[in-house]
Amino acid sequence: MHETTAPPGAARPVFYEREDHAHGDGGTLLGFWLYLMSDCLVFAALFATYGVLGANYAAGPSGAHLFDLRLVALNTSLLLLSSITYGFAMLEMDRERIGATLRWLAVTGLFGAGFLGIELYEFAHLVHEGATPQRSAFLSAFFALVGTHGLHVTFGVIWLVTLMTQVRRFGLIAENRRRLLCLSMFWHFLDVVWIGVFTFVYLMGVSR
Amino acid sequence: MFSNLDLRQLVFGRLSLEAVPYHEPILLWTFVAVAAGGVALLGLVTWYGKWGYLWREWFTSVDHKKIGIMYVVLAIVMLLRGFADAIMMVTQKALSVGASEGYLPPHHYDQVFTAHGTIMIFFMAMPFVTGVMNYVMPLQIGARDVAFPFLNNFSFWMTAGGAVLTMLSLFVGEFSRATWLAYPPLSGAAYSPGVGVDYYIWGLQIAGVGSTLSGINLIATIVKMRAPGMTMMKLPVFCWTTLASNAIIVTIFPVLTVALALLSLDRYVGTHFFTNDYGGNSMMYMNLIWIWGHPEVYVLVLPAFGIYSEVVSTFCSKRLFGYASMVYATAVIALVSWLTWLHHFFTMGAGANVNAFFGITTMIISIPTGAKVFNWLFTMYRGRIRFEVPMLWVMGFIPTFVIGGLTGVLLAVPPADFVLHNSLFLVAHFHNVIIGGVVFGLLAGVNYWFPKAFGFKLDPFWGKVSFWCWLTGFWVVFTPLYVVGLMGVTRRTQHFDDPTLQPWLTVAALGAFIIMAGILAFVVQILVSILRRERLRDVTGDPWGGRTLEWSTSSPPPPYNFAFTPVVHDLDAWWDMKRRGHERPVEGYRPIHMPRNTSTGIVLAGISTVLGFALVWYIWWLAALSFVGLIAVALAHTYNYNRDYFIPVEDVVRFESHRTAQLAARA
Amino acid sequence: MRCLALVATSALLGGCNLIVMDPAGDVAVQQRNLILASTALMLLVIVPVIALAFVFGWRYRASNPDATYDPDWHHSTQLEVVIWTVPLLIIIALGAMTWISTHTLDPYRTLSRLAPRKPVPADVTPLTVEVVALDWKWLFLYPDYGIASVNEMAAPANRPIAFKLTSTSVWNTFYVPALAGMIYAMPGMETKLHAVMNKEGEFRGLSAHYSGSGFSRMNFGFRSLSEQGFDAWVAKAKEAQTPLNREAFLKLEKPSEAEPIRYYGSVEDGLYAAILGMCVAPNLMCASEIHHIDRQGGAGPEGAASRERLDYDNRRLRSGDEPSGATFPASGRPPMGSVQPEGMMPRDQHLSREGVNEPKTEPDQGQGNALPGADRGPAPAQLNNRPSERHQH
Repeated sequence: MHETTAPPGAARPVFYEREDHAHGDGGTLLGFWLYLMSDCLVFAALFATYGVLGANYAAGPSGAHLFDLRLVALNTSLLLLSSITYGFAMLEMDRERIGATLRWLAVTGLFGAGFLGIELYEFAHLVHEGATPQRSAFLSAFFALVGTHGLHVTFGVIWLVTLMTQVRRFGLIAENRRRLLCLSMFWHFLDVVWIGVFTFVYLMGVSR
Repeated sequence: MFSNLDLRQLVFGRLSLEAVPYHEPILLWTFVAVAAGGVALLGLVTWYGKWGYLWREWFTSVDHKKIGIMYVVLAIVMLLRGFADAIMMVTQKALSVGASEGYLPPHHYDQVFTAHGTIMIFFMAMPFVTGVMNYVMPLQIGARDVAFPFLNNFSFWMTAGGAVLTMLSLFVGEFSRATWLAYPPLSGAAYSPGVGVDYYIWGLQIAGVGSTLSGINLIATIVKMRAPGMTMMKLPVFCWTTLASNAIIVTIFPVLTVALALLSLDRYVGTHFFTNDYGGNSMMYMNLIWIWGHPEVYVLVLPAFGIYSEVVSTFCSKRLFGYASMVYATAVIALVSWLTWLHHFFTMGAGANVNAFFGITTMIISIPTGAKVFNWLFTMYRGRIRFEVPMLWVMGFIPTFVIGGLTGVLLAVPPADFVLHNSLFLVAHFHNVIIGGVVFGLLAGVNYWFPKAFGFKLDPFWGKVSFWCWLTGFWVVFTPLYVVGLMGVTRRTQHFDDPTLQPWLTVAALGAFIIMAGILAFVVQILVSILRRERLRDVTGDPWGGRTLEWSTSSPPPPYNFAFTPVVHDLDAWWDMKRRGHERPVEGYRPIHMPRNTSTGIVLAGISTVLGFALVWYIWWLAALSFVGLIAVALAHTYNYNRDYFIPVEDVVRFESHRTAQLAARA
Repeated sequence: MRCLALVATSALLGGCNLIVMDPAGDVAVQQRNLILASTALMLLVIVPVIALAFVFGWRYRASNPDATYDPDWHHSTQLEVVIWTVPLLIIIALGAMTWISTHTLDPYRTLSRLAPRKPVPADVTPLTVEVVALDWKWLFLYPDYGIASVNEMAAPANRPIAFKLTSTSVWNTFYVPALAGMIYAMPGMETKLHAVMNKEGEFRGLSAHYSGSGFSRMNFGFRSLSEQGFDAWVAKAKEAQTPLNREAFLKLEKPSEAEPIRYYGSVEDGLYAAILGMCVAPNLMCASEIHHIDRQGGAGPEGAASRERLDYDNRRLRSGDEPSGATFPASGRPPMGSVQPEGMMPRDQHLSREGVNEPKTEPDQGQGNALPGADRGPAPAQLNNRPSERHQH
């Protein structure tokens, strides 16, 4: 109640900042985190959908009939490895080594592409067997959840390739380092989501 | 496989000349009016050679102030469209009683009420709220722009793109008939084939991207860009409500996106999320859409609460009573808003425990809301209340809103909801809180901050006319609707058999025309104020005796907002500065680092709108092309590293000396 | 107090029939009482708030120099406690009322009383009524009597009614304002409602959830009769020669508006179960059977049924009937024109010439679908009913 009434004659506080302090880059990382959290909710809603519809086979095949765990295990390891190699790329970035950074990024991209290739193979196989997204609510939910993750990885790979050309062209400048950091968060986020998919959809689907 | 594809379909999809409703007089005349107005507007812009100016200074601008104004302009345009729908609905209801059929057949009436709900929430209230937040919040926290200025421009154009697509359905094809939340199975491919629901889906999806990104943007701005000294507990209440509102946006819009995406998969690909057969579950859509839909109400009303707080303390010339409890109330409302969605379908047959839980969580929201109302009242207590137009809106809001709150809590009691659900009582209730809460707040905000944005006040006479028309019109419309709701009359009906309803519905229709007078008075108010701008001019930048930082700079503020970033010592920073005799620095200016304008936002949103149109009409080649174009433009944009520049010190000096001279002339 | 409020409102509103405030069934009466009690409870805080707004607004107007002005007064712990406690106490009271009433008035709960202080006699069994919401009419089946009726239902007063409700195409809400609160009727699902009517008379029932073109006329009469009157009504229905079998139901199920009241003297066995299982049409697999297979863990890649046996929703598109919410171009009608959707009565007498409410062209089932790879025929959802092409390997 009293803090606003200054005693007369007291020194006037500073009301304006004379020096210009540039706002740091923290905003980007915070913003990207917020984006990831909203994306996380996209997946949460898809997981919830799968949770509701996951046993509605419409007198058709279930996960136990369809999933090939060896293939999915291979896929999972590819994606997990790609996270590690992305980590190596970031370490090289901190050492300011453009070539090594690019090499590790390329390895990451290859792992990502491999993951996508296997996923597409799996989808093609399912469709071939008649287990299309139109066959049952379970398969609709399965394709939506796994497919959305796959789309994210696809965009991740496109973004990765773009960033590689930008790093090659402009070097490891501040903007590119920030972008690499954002993509790294994105990439690891997809990894975490995939662990959920692997457990919740595949492992529990086979044992259901 | 391709043998029976004909060329016309390949090129135009399911679009044909028959899609244009030239045989329908209402639409023909609407089209003629819109076209004439549009041609006149475009002609004027061309005549005065303003295209370059509009493009450079507005469309491609990343300045949060200009984007905020564009949002509000969009909202007002859409208000006119949504209100035209409302007038059609109430007149149809008043005419179509007993033997009479009215003038709108069911399949047209269904589109009108669907469009009214969709447009008023997504393209009127949302852009209006976002626009005010965009304009005011960075000024209040002493920032020079938002955290991601380009994203801000992009978000606006996405919202506008969604609005364009929705409006297009008026003249090309038809809009959805499946209500504003498109419940399946009715909205599914089997029961609503055709372009209607597809227009709805893509309009909302495109605008939804904008809302989510703008939510992220404004949160990051508040968290990261507050002026030095402005701790969270010194944040103006409007910024707190903005923060809460955007936190809700970021958490709920992804769920809306998923719900609509799954619905579109059902419609386009033939999946079975919400169908009756193949194990689909339509109740899940109801849950998903209301997990978005209920918090959305608080997205809209919290910033309005913030506006009331600012207006009350300014026009009572008194510090806001119970700032801390206001902040906690905001936080509690935001948190509990995520836990109430099921009250929209108590009648679905969930168990008593579930219904009671969601009923009670809903009631809990009324506790912090009640506390807020008391805080406003005790801000008035021992104040010096100036009943300028913004304050009038507050005075209209309090009694209107608490009655809406009463009926809302009533509807939260599940057995009471069983007899009131889907009735016109319910319709009256939510208009009571959305008009009485959100729209009144936004109009208070427009009257309050208009002088900040344009340097002159809005004409008070027409402002008062508008206020009284809105207030009386509101009660004349919705009191009869409360009553007929208690007569067991439900919503979305195009015809009533019971002739005793006609007097009530006629009164409601008259009320809608009184509100229309209020809207017209608002438009007149703006026009009159522009004509009389010299008389209404304010050169101080602080016409109301304001308390927060936006009033410390000039009106309109310079592109950089503040030549020197203010240092905050107290809540109501500007009041504190005035009281302790701050001195405005008049030298020592420096070049100011600012983001550069970009056309990428409008280009991306334009392509998205084309993509949406192509998907609605199954023009697959155009959809593919625009999708590839979207990716290409977005990637190309990332190659542009040259995104900011310095406003030269001479420009700053020129601007600031002008203000110095103005202030001196006035003193 | 309650009576006073009621008298006051009814005096105010004169002749109009506030059925929700003056219902004829015990459940609706209890719901009415709950509305009045909650309103009274909330008025305890609403009235002072509105009064304070005007009092403070008047007293502290800028032109009143007598009023105290204290620009820095912005906090008072006692006042804050009051501000938060008053709404809290009201909500605690209301919350308790809510918890109790939600359980006692749960529509799934069998009735324990016919009226205040009048428990259900031990020898009275509830009247079972199976309600089916169709596009856009109501079908009532009386399994105890083997009869059915369209757009009219009857029940003896003072005997509990046990409703089972479902729908055939989209959601609807079953609502008899004089009787009890509403409940959704949803396709493939069954909801329940228990209620009793205490007065004899003619009442209005309706669908309260928008369900497409003919929704506004989806009303029915509810006749609350004496025991004898009900027996006579049943006898009258029994006289109706038409049986309600699967063929008759499939014909009835097609979209139509403002159907006249109709009775069926006999009902084919298991029809309601088939409606609920979405398998009235020959060849369709019932939902219960599908659920059974699904609970066993699905049926392997080959599936237990061909796609034709599972496909339910697309029946309108297949039969060429216009779906309830169709828009251009799938409606086959010009956009927003004066031609009414199929099944609707003519709206404009000048236009009511032969066939005006038939689609001008066949409903465009393909919706001009040019999705590469799709034939001209299928609408998107119809991709489902093409038998999936199995490749031999």
